[in-house]
Formats: sequence, structure tokens, C-alpha cells
Amino acid sequence: MKKLYLLDDAIISPLGFSTKENIQSIREGNSGLKLQQRPEITENPFFAGIIDETLLNQAFSEIGSSEKFTKLEKLIILAVKLILNKNRNLDPTKTALIIATTKGNIDLLNEPGGFPINRLKLSELGKVVANFFGFAQTPIIVSNACISGGLGLAVARRLGNSEKIKNAIVVGADLVSDFVISGFNSFQALSTKACKPFSKDRDGISLGEAAAAIMVSTEKPEISNVISLIGDASANDANHISGPSRTGEGLYKSIQKALKEASISAEEIGFLSAHGTATVYNDEMESMAFQRSALQKSPLHSLKGFYGHTLGASALIESIITKHSMLNNEIFASKNFEELGVSKPLNVIQKNEKKEIRYALKTASGFGGCNLALVFKAEKQ
Amino acid sequence: MSNQFHIQNWVKIKNGKIFNSEKLIFDSSEKELNFFLKACYDFLDLKYPKFHKMDGLSKMGILASEIIFRKNKPTEDTALVISNNASSLEIDRQFQESTETFASPSLFVYTLPNIVLGEISIKYKLQSENAFFVSEDFNAKLLKDYTESLLISGKSHQVLSGWIDLQNGEYDVFLCLVSKERNIPFSEENLRKLYCAENDKPTH
Amino acid sequence: MTNLHTELKESIIEQLNLEDMDPADISNDEPLFGDGLGLDSIDALELIVLLEKDYGIKLTDPAQGKEIFVSINQMAQFIEENRTK
Repeated sequence: MKKLYLLDDAIISPLGFSTKENIQSIREGNSGLKLQQRPEITENPFFAGIIDETLLNQAFSEIGSSEKFTKLEKLIILAVKLILNKNRNLDPTKTALIIATTKGNIDLLNEPGGFPINRLKLSELGKVVANFFGFAQTPIIVSNACISGGLGLAVARRLGNSEKIKNAIVVGADLVSDFVISGFNSFQALSTKACKPFSKDRDGISLGEAAAAIMVSTEKPEISNVISLIGDASANDANHISGPSRTGEGLYKSIQKALKEASISAEEIGFLSAHGTATVYNDEMESMAFQRSALQKSPLHSLKGFYGHTLGASALIESIITKHSMLNNEIFASKNFEELGVSKPLNVIQKNEKKEIRYALKTASGFGGCNLALVFKAEKQ
Repeated sequence: MSNQFHIQNWVKIKNGKIFNSEKLIFDSSEKELNFFLKACYDFLDLKYPKFHKMDGLSKMGILASEIIFRKNKPTEDTALVISNNASSLEIDRQFQESTETFASPSLFVYTLPNIVLGEISIKYKLQSENAFFVSEDFNAKLLKDYTESLLISGKSHQVLSGWIDLQNGEYDVFLCLVSKERNIPFSEENLRKLYCAENDKPTH
Repeated sequence: MTNLHTELKESIIEQLNLEDMDPADISNDEPLFGDGLGLDSIDALELIVLLEKDYGIKLTDPAQGKEIFVSINQMAQFIEENRTK
């Protein structure tokens, strides 16, 4: 199968409005999670990573009029714009646009804010973004729970492999909406602390919002150092729609398939970017799957302590950070990790380290029992 | 190249009627969605109590895949590639309403379109590739391209592919099972033809 | 059997969509989860909502549910002791 090369990228999040700013925050250990109070939804305060709307509108005013677009649309447009700025020769009529999101503009359901009702639909979100930049192909919209962003990369590679597309911009984006807060609160899954992936005293997730975008191509770029996706697989647990499999079956399967496709062994994985939502069951499930895959020694982190769970954006953001870790030979500490609190051993990164990584693995799991594994390769001169 | 794969079997559910690749198999005058879905459940004699806990999308997914899989048994790697227009908006609205009083966890769990993939996977024990796409209309090109990409790369040998849409109580389901075995050529044109065939006929 | 027992069975059947079931099909000491009625984690969360909505009882610790939702008898006893409406 063809490789998918990871080219320019952009992350818009509470940690900053570019990948560079995001990485600098992570390097310095600064989290985007802040204490929130929503007494109309829950009497318990909780932590979430929310993007300041004034800052967003300020940044957006340079490229469009803020009142014409929803918050999510502005995030996506800003991210895509950053990529196009660096690729002025890119022909948007020949570039596929893949958008990954779980809930899109769901905040409009409660507060339409003057937008027409069909703006709620993900297909409209795709149209708004495509029209803004003049993408001629119908956007491909992936909505597959919390693996969406990573699945977007896999979709690009698969369609690239069968020569249906060559270049694509893959976007992942989601908001912290009242809808999602109410939902996770009804699941009693919101932590009252900033979430603590893989730690003993973890007690749930923190939510976050962000948009990320990355340019990808099946054609090898003329740059000396490049990261590519060389193995990808998804597998369903076929066990429960909201609870992760106790044995990590689907995640284990997807890791095995992705490694096999990449023709490498687990021992060659130099870094593992885990999902790590910090719910009791999810992190435990991941530890089972990693042990079954002989990955217990791979240095691993979860970025949820920095971003919160950004749902459809998370696996794409984490892939982008992994790409830069590979390019810069540095791996980042897993924020808020203290004492290991899963039943299988894991090598959780406790402080930033310099490390050369040849192969890295990104995993994600989500509601509906879905799991995803992506294997990345660094080629350097 | 485009005719390398074939549609083994298909099902359509719309306007109170269920068609499979051979004929009209069920015709109901039941107008209300949940009563219609229950009538289908009884007709198929499903005996799957979990069905009653599901949202409309998942119920339709289970009914449609049951009809397909009764004829062609799935394997563990039978992939699911499903799309629609409304995502999970129907149940999203119900959940939003519940938040006015007590937010309902059993509604929230269905507020993602790919949950139907999970329900089908659980019922038929498929630990396979899943993808849910949202598009404005039935997108034959995307379904064909992506389904084919799974088959060409060997990630799956058989794909259940199609459309399960539900908005304002109106439902529209078309699923087909695609693999190498010779049958109806798997092309955009054939997909469109099969999907549209019943849609174009007068419904009364 | 008290009215509360019957009332509980009726609302559980309705709230958890246990189609084709009758209050008489649920015995008072049968386990609600696992082998008994076969309820799952989402059902447990829905029962927590039911306690708050119908009886004004707010569970602060989700783990508490495990001890209360053992059987109809157990639930009824807990409600009698803690109800605020």
C-alpha cells in the first residue's frame, strides 16, 4: 500500500493558534484546561479547554467577517487558511477536503444565533468551508466518534492508494458545547479535576475544543525529513456501544493489523501516542491492549491533560504532535500523570526527553466500540 | 477495474416497504416510525430484546443488515461503510429536549451516527473496519471509492455499504453487500440505479 | 408486594424500554444486572436519573448504584428510607 506523507499542519486550540504555539505550550507543560462553572447543567465545577471567542474573532477578522460563521467554522477556516498560506500554489480544485467531526455545529441546536437551521448539518459545514476556499470537490465528512480525526488520515491514505485522490487537506474539529457537557455529565464521566490519564486517582474526562488541519499526499515531497503514514487499521470491539471492551480486543486487533501492514514489530515502535481519556475503564482497556501487543515498554503519553478530550479533533491533533516529535527528536511528558493506575505495566513519559524515533504508533478508541491504530515512519537524511 | 467487485445482495427500506434484491418482502401501512420498525421486527421474528432500546438509526441498521445477512452470512472481517445526511440529528433533538429536565444517558449514547455500526458489529460479531460518512445526498462515488479502497488493499474481503438516513420521522435505507464474487457489477451507476429505483416510483 | 414495588417495575420497564415485559415478569429479589434482567451500565445511569426524577434522591457517588440496584426489594427499601418526594 502507498505511503501517505504528512506535510504542513495547523492546530487552533486554547494552547495557541498555530502548531508552533501549541508545541511550545506542551513543551513548557502548560495546559489549556481551566475550571468551568455551568450550574444550569451540573452543580459540580469541571475542567475544560475552551477557546476564547474574543481572541478567535480577532484572529478571524483578518480573513473574514466573524458574524457570518459559527465558532466551529471559524476554527476550521483558520486552520485550513494557515496551511494554504504556506502552499500558495496548491490548486483547491484538485485537492480533496476531508473533515472529521463528531458533533459539528451542534451548539446551534440550542442557540441558533441567527443561523439557518440547516447549518446544524455536517454537510452544510462541509459546504461552508469548501466555498470559503473554493474547494471544487465535494468534501468528505467522517463522523465516527472519537477516532474520527485519525480515521480521516486513514481515509485519505486509502483513497490515495486506490488513486481516487492525490493531495488532501484533512481537518478534525469539535466544540465544548452544552450538548456534550450535558451528555458526559449524564454519564457521570466528567472529572472534577483536570483529567489525569493513566493515573491511579483518575476519575473521568475533561472536555476540550480545537480544530486541526494537515496537508497530506501520496506523492513524496522534495524535503529531506518527512513523516509518513505506513500502516492503518480500525477494528470494532463488537462488545458494547459505550463501554470499552475489558480485554481491549478491538484496539489490540487494530494495532496488530496496522503493524502488519507497516511490516514492523512492536519492539520497533519508539513512541506511542495513546488515547488516554482518563476514564477508569478506557485507560484500563488501553493498558490491556498495549500489553497484549507487547508495547508495555514503548514510551507513551496522552495529550488529554493539555487539551482535554477534543473528540473528533483529538486523534488528528495527536497525530500532528507525533509528527513533530518524530521530526524534532523530542517526546513530551504525559501531563497530570502521577502514579500508574492501570493493571498492566506502561512506560508513561514523565518528563520531556530527547529521543530519536523511527516508528511511532497512534491509537484511538471511541463510542460505538470503534478503535484505530496508525503507524508513522520517519525518513531523514 | 471498476467491475472487479460485485453487489451480492441489497435491501431497501422506505415508505413502509422493504425490498431485497429479489422482490418486495414487506409492506406496512404503519405511518409512525417506531410502530413501523416494531412491525418489521415482528415480521423478521428477530428475538433480540436489545433492539427496543435502540434509536431509530440503529433499529434500521439492524433490520436491514439482518435481511442481507440471512442470505449471505457475514465473516468476522465484513466491513461496514455507512453514510447519511442527517447524522444522528433525530436523537440529538430528543436528547437536547431531555436536558431541559433530566439529561438522559440512554439517549446521549445514541447521539453519534456511528453507533449503528457498533450495534451491527455487536449483533453479528464483526470486529472489522468501520466508517461513517455524512454527505448532502446519497453519494455513490464516495461509497464506491471507499468501499473499493478497503477491498483493493485487502483490509476487508466483503463490505456492507450504503445509506441509513432518518430525519423528521422520514426514513431512507439502502444497504448492499459487496465482494469479489461475480454478480451485479459494483459501479457508481449501478449503485445509483438501485438506490433510486424505488425512490422514483410513485409511493401511492 | 407494595405499591412502590409495582410502581418501580412499571417505570423500569418504561424507562429502560424492556419491551414485551410485564411487571409480573420481574421478581422482587431477582438481580437486575448480569444474569437477571440483563441490564447494563447505561441502564444503571438511567436508573440514577429515575431516582432523582421520581423520588428526589440524588446519588453523589455512582458506585452507590451498584449496592442499590441489586434487586427491586433493595431499590424499594433504599427509596423508602431516602425519598424526598
